[in-house]
Amino acid sequence: MSGSRVRVAVTGLGVVAPNGLGAEAYWTATRKGTSGIGRVSRFVPDRYPAQLAGEIGEFDAKEHLPGRLLPQTDRMTQLALVAADWAFEDASVRPEELPEFEMGVITASSSGGFEFGQRELQALWSQGSRYVSAYQSFAWFYAVNSGQISIRNGMRGPSGVVVSDQAGGLDAVAQARRQIRRGTRLVMSGAVDASICPWGWVAQMASGRLSTSTDPERAYLPFDAGAHGHVSGEGGALLVLEELEQARARGARHIYGEIAGYGSTLDPRPGSGRPAGLRKAIDLALADAGAAPDEIDVVFADAAAVPELDRIEAAAINDVFGPGAVPVTAPKTMTGRLYSGAAPLDLAAAFLAMRDGVIPPSVGVTPDPEHGLDLVVGQERTAPVRSALVLARGHGGFNSAVVVRSAD
Amino acid sequence: MASHEFTLDDLKRILREGAGADEGVDLDGDIIDTDFESLGYESLAMLETGGRIEREFGVTLDDDTLTDARTPRALIETVNALLVPAEIG
Repeated sequence: MSGSRVRVAVTGLGVVAPNGLGAEAYWTATRKGTSGIGRVSRFVPDRYPAQLAGEIGEFDAKEHLPGRLLPQTDRMTQLALVAADWAFEDASVRPEELPEFEMGVITASSSGGFEFGQRELQALWSQGSRYVSAYQSFAWFYAVNSGQISIRNGMRGPSGVVVSDQAGGLDAVAQARRQIRRGTRLVMSGAVDASICPWGWVAQMASGRLSTSTDPERAYLPFDAGAHGHVSGEGGALLVLEELEQARARGARHIYGEIAGYGSTLDPRPGSGRPAGLRKAIDLALADAGAAPDEIDVVFADAAAVPELDRIEAAAINDVFGPGAVPVTAPKTMTGRLYSGAAPLDLAAAFLAMRDGVIPPSVGVTPDPEHGLDLVVGQERTAPVRSALVLARGHGGFNSAVVVRSAD
Repeated sequence: MASHEFTLDDLKRILREGAGADEGVDLDGDIIDTDFESLGYESLAMLETGGRIEREFGVTLDDDTLTDARTPRALIETVNALLVPAEIG
């Protein structure tokens, strides 16, 4: 029954992105090249070197979630709970109608609920331990999104959290696929991150990779000669994963496609002289999908916008596909890098690209010819998309790649 | 610190501030003898509520107090019993 040949489909998408709330709003904005990057508004960023972010503007958790959940959840979790609700709705699945041990939740997280944690640490420091919320025991925690989605929807099957920075968004989906192959009926997977608060901000600055530009249109420029770091953002996507045949049998409203292949590697120790691991991750994902490079219609790049990392990524893509032989795009130029939320959002974009036969653009970028990539810039490109490769790298040397394919 | 009695209104306010309110429950209704559990407040919510009562009213609640006081009436009585000696002292 179960095994590695079981095909795993995505049947629901829940998107919370800086340039659109909900999958369709996000996709419409992304196709048009509408950016959600602007000056940080959630705190006064004047004294910080990085002052731009991809913020989710109009989101009032009270409109979407029960009052009992609000005092115990970070913004990140509130966004994730709503994204999960939307993904279920999109999948036409009512979790209360399914056996609770046949549904799991596997998300990624890069930092946990920093805003909640900041508030409680401030209370601890200024007023004392008696002023720290009992909910701090879990509200900040990496696994909190998985936990709260599980509790809210009564999902008690195999669940967990993956922490591998930006690569985690793909690693979680791979783990979800594994659980479905082992017989779990449905898994909610993906990730939503949000830590645009002073504490989260300085933690992100520690990477040394944040753009210090104050011009939203010139701040995050992957594969551009002017690349100088990234803009950070909040949000992500959650996906409903099911076994393909079972999804068809229940008459799922959408079968966006399947998670066809996955590969992950770790970079060697810096200074070892050995090559970066991204190329190998791509090879592994293609082999797992049983796909030849020329079957891939588009690559969603990790797009670090750090010159050395851009070089490594461009070289890996060119080595596998041939120079300029596959269209490459980075819609995250419109959202900023969402850490663990970034790759699930790219997966959502890849499935919607397949549905509509368009490749969304990267914005603001003038491709540096040295990279030799066919970067889709300026406006969307019409093209049949039957399969896509999504790449994600995490700080610390994580490389992950996923091949998605139309299930037709 | 403990300058006034701990009332049902205080408890309702603290519950709302600390743990929120379940949409299916009318806290302003007749809840004095309703189990906290049926009002939607599980042990962690009671821990948060207890912490807030402690710091606002300057009392110390044993762990048992929060588990034993299953209704608003029981909790209010327990807290007020602790407040009286504090006021005299």
